[in-house]
Order: sequence, then C-alpha cells, then structure tokens
Amino acid sequence: MSRWLPRAYLTLVYLLLYVPIGILVLFSFNDSRSGYTWGGLSLRWYQSLFNNNAMVEAMWNSLWLALSAATVSTVIGALTALALHRYRFRGKKMLNGMLFVVMMSPEIVLAISLLALFLLVGIQLGYVSLLLAHVTFCLPFVVITVMARLSGFDERLPEAARDLGASDFTMTRTVLIPVIMPALLAGWLLGFTLSLDDVVVSTFVSGPSYEILPLRIYSMVRVGLKPEVNALGTLLLVFSLVMLMLSQWILSRSKR
Amino acid sequence: MKKTLLSLRNLTKQFDGKTVLDSLDLDIADGEFITLLGPSGCGKTTLLRLMAGFEHPDAGSISLAGEELIDVAPENRPLNTVFQHYALFPHMSVFDNVAYGLKMEKRPKDEIRQRVEEALAMVQLQDYVARKPHQLSGGQQQRVAIARAVVKRPKMLLLDEPLSALDFKLRRTMQVELKRLQRELGITFVFVTHDQEEALSMSDRVVVFKDGVVQQLGTPREVYERPANLFTARFVGETNFFPGRVEAADAGDSITVDVLGLKRTFRRPDFAVVDGQSLHVLLRPEDIRVLAPDDTEGLPGRVVERNYKGSTLDSVIHLEDGTEVLASEFFDEDDPTFDYRLGEPVRVSWVDGWEWLLPEESAAAEAEAVTDA
Repeated sequence: MSRWLPRAYLTLVYLLLYVPIGILVLFSFNDSRSGYTWGGLSLRWYQSLFNNNAMVEAMWNSLWLALSAATVSTVIGALTALALHRYRFRGKKMLNGMLFVVMMSPEIVLAISLLALFLLVGIQLGYVSLLLAHVTFCLPFVVITVMARLSGFDERLPEAARDLGASDFTMTRTVLIPVIMPALLAGWLLGFTLSLDDVVVSTFVSGPSYEILPLRIYSMVRVGLKPEVNALGTLLLVFSLVMLMLSQWILSRSKR
Repeated sequence: MKKTLLSLRNLTKQFDGKTVLDSLDLDIADGEFITLLGPSGCGKTTLLRLMAGFEHPDAGSISLAGEELIDVAPENRPLNTVFQHYALFPHMSVFDNVAYGLKMEKRPKDEIRQRVEEALAMVQLQDYVARKPHQLSGGQQQRVAIARAVVKRPKMLLLDEPLSALDFKLRRTMQVELKRLQRELGITFVFVTHDQEEALSMSDRVVVFKDGVVQQLGTPREVYERPANLFTARFVGETNFFPGRVEAADAGDSITVDVLGLKRTFRRPDFAVVDGQSLHVLLRPEDIRVLAPDDTEGLPGRVVERNYKGSTLDSVIHLEDGTEVLASEFFDEDDPTFDYRLGEPVRVSWVDGWEWLLPEESAAAEAEAVTDA
C-alpha cells in the first residue's frame, strides 16, 4: 500500500502531462478528417500543412524573428550582465531591479505599454515592432543567465590573461567569452524559445505585414480544430526537442 | 650585494580609507628569493598586486631596473604571476595554457611549441599536454601555473601563496621544487606566504609584514634568531618570553639580568639599557634545557604536557610563578628512558648565549603582538 500509492500518483502526473502530447502526435498521422476518430496512418496533414503557403510563410517569419530577437538580446544582455558584474556605479541596484520588473510584470501590461510606445513614436507595426518587443522581454532572462555564470567566474582569470600579455580586448575574446559561452548559448536558446511561442505581446504589436506562427495557429483554431494543427504541433515538438538536446550537448561538452 | 632589480619607494595604498600599505620602501635584488611573510590582511598580497599592476598605488613609485612601472599596464610589465588558486584557463588544454603568453607575444609556432615543451619538461608534465586543467590534480595544476608563468622568461616571478591549497606532503615537495627552479632559472622570486616555516626554508631574505608596515627584513636566520620586535618573535616560530630586570648594566660587553629571581649574565643587547630596566628574554623551545629537580641550576617547575614528536620530545612546563615554558628536546640515543611523567618536578635552564633580548614595548603594542601572532 505504502509503496503502491506514490507510484500510482507519479504515474497519474506523468499521464496527465504526456497523454495530450502523445495524442497530438498520434492524431497528426491520422487519416481521418475528423479529429475524434481514427482512420489509419497517413502523412496527408503534413502534406497539406506544407501546401498551406500562409502557414509556411508564418513559420519562416517566426523562425527569423526568434533568431534575430534571441541574437540581439544575447548581445545586449551579455554586455549588460558584464557591466553589472564588473563595475560599481550609481543606480546599479535600480538597474538590476528594473530587469526583474520587466520579467515579473504581467505580459499584458508589457504588451499594452509597448503598443502605446510604438504608436506614440510612430513605429509601424510589423517586423521591427515585434523584434523590439521580443528583445525587451527576452533581455532580463539573458542578463540573469549570464550573471549567474559570471558570479561563479574566477576573477583571477582575466588578471592571469593580462599578466601573460593580453590586452583587455584580447582577454575578453580569448578568455572571458569562451568561459561564459555556455551561459551565452543557454541565454540565446531561452530567448529563442520565449520569442517563438509568445502570443500575448505579439498579438498587440504585430501588424498585417508580418504574420507569425503562434498568431496564425490561434486564428486557425478559432474557426475549428483542423488536423493540420496537430502536424504543426508535432513538428514544433520535434524542433524543440532537438534544440533541447543540442543545448544539453553543448553544455556537457563545455563543462568546466 | 647583488644589484637591485626592483625598488619600491614610499609605496602607499588605501582601500576605502583603510591604509593597507604605509609608505613602504623595499629593494629586491636581482636573482634573489625574497618572501613576504605576514598574517592575513597585513598587505602582502596587495603589495604583490601592485607589483603585477592589478592595483594602482595612492602614492610612491615602483621601478624595475630604473624604469618606472606605475603607469605601465599589467600586460606590458616584464613580470609574471603564479596565482593562489592557479587561475588556469579552464577551457584550454595544458599546452594552450602554457602557450598563451607566447601567443600574445606573437612568437612563431615552432618556437612556441619548443618553449612550451621545455617549460612543461621542467615541471615534469610533458606527458600531460592535451589534458584540461580539471583533469589534473592540485599539484599538477600548480606545476602548470608555474610553467605558464616562467615560459615567458620574466625578469621576476610573483607567487601569491602558491602552495596554500596543497596538502602537507605535496607542499614540502613543491617547496624543494620551487627552490630548484629558482636556482636553475636564475629568476628573482617574490613569494607571498603566511606560513613562517615555508618562508624560513625557502628564502634568501624574508620581509615580515604587519598592518602594511615592514617589521623586519633579513635572512631567515636573522629573522628567527634575532627578531627585531615582539611581533616578529611571536609570528616566526615558537618563543618563550621570560620577564627580565637589568641588575647591572655597566659591566662592559655583558649585563646582568634577573630572570624570575635567577641572576644570569647576558651579552649586551644593541639597544641602550639602564639599571632596573625591564626587558624580555626570548628563548626558543630548542634552547631550553630541562634538568633534574635536584639540580642547582635553573628555575623550578612541573611538567604539565608532553608530546612525542618522533625526532623530538616537546613538553610544556609550568614554572612556580605561573609562566608557561615550551621545551623541545632531541632524543638522547644513550638514554632510552628519556621521558617525563605529567606532574614531574623539573628545573628549566638554557644554554648561555642562546638567549635574545628585546626591550619592553608599549602595553598596547605588546597586547597586539599577542593577538596577531
């Protein structure tokens, strides 16, 4: 009894977590038109997904946006983290706190304020507004990831490099960046994922000129669940699994 | 005296208003092994960092062979450092770690390879070129750090407590090894430590520091046998302090001192003495002679502790007035029963001429010397 109960509980938890995903993957190969009956194996929904030009375009848009947002926020975030780690200056505590404000504030608040800002400044809603918005909400995550790595960073390493004849710039390139590389990659991947599946902020700041995947799916689902969505979900799942394994592999390879 | 390589003048450094180094003057000779010795927080590491260029002094000058170094960036100073926790680059192999300094000098590839191999052979690590630092033991990492610092053939090597993270046996081995390296390379070593034994056994000269001020500068022998003040006496090795009172100061080369009621004649110290003056009589544990209770010489006391140390027998003896005396005696081969029982009455004496006299310092200075040491 005492052994049986925890196991059953654990099984239930995992079932609740994975059965919906399993069903989604399974039904993406379903030949039946209805989402509720099994009609045999088929790849027709994948085919129809790739024939759906609007969908493919939204996919590429999303990937490109996630790629650029993650890269921009990693560059800015890493520099911010370095500055916060290395220098003592007035307002450092406040700057640090403000990062958390961005991270903790409800997404809807961020979305509305960004929209208001873009309208005020006159930025056309589209790729640029999406990029700015995504960089904004990815930034604190990158900064915190890199800062965590830097806090365990041996302060003597830069000194050792300088001592051996490296200029500040060469030291940064040959010692600092390689050592914090895992954190940079982790931050980048985090930003990439956050950007890829964001709905709330994107809904507010996107325009008709640049449609992205989560919004496309959202509008598709509103008019009824098509099996195409299952195929898309499966592809996204595989994609994120690959990304996850990649990041784990990079992390384990560059351990220490 | 060899010619001076590095000379420090009036060097002062403060951190947040606290003076860490107070107008320090020091000359370091070319090719010597000099040790900066002191308790933690005495300013010895700060001094090393000033030499390396990681800190900027508030006042004073550092000149290397006549060239002022104060405004020279660390990467342009012809000195290299071995850091306390080695600071090896974790993402580079042993080879790349050692080659780093030469790559910065943009040396040709062949030369780099050859010099790195030489440096690694010197520390007996030639078979470990491809390893990463985390695959090495502490002692091996230490050797890589040394190879990395000497491969550039610096004029001077700065070592910041390089052996403190190693276990006792390895530390001993590395002490001998460092000494050998220093002799072979002929580089000036500036070695920072808080371990007085390490300082005595390795150095040509020792600088004893306290609160950013040099307490004594001398050979290990001078520092141990003729400490300049109470702090040095207490910090370097174990010392017995006996209170003394000058009975007769006018007897030519010697003076008569009353030590706890015992009249002894001592060599005249190099400070002025007058009749009736109080002073400290310092005796190292190995200077103490423990005699039988029926002996006529010495001060009576009782054995309160005995520690068998293998080559020596260390005992603690309480004198009748409460003074505690440490004695360290070598085993007498001819006396197999040589030992004490706890509580055994004995008499304590010493070999004439082995004592060292110091004047009384202010009460505050004396109290401080006790707490710091």
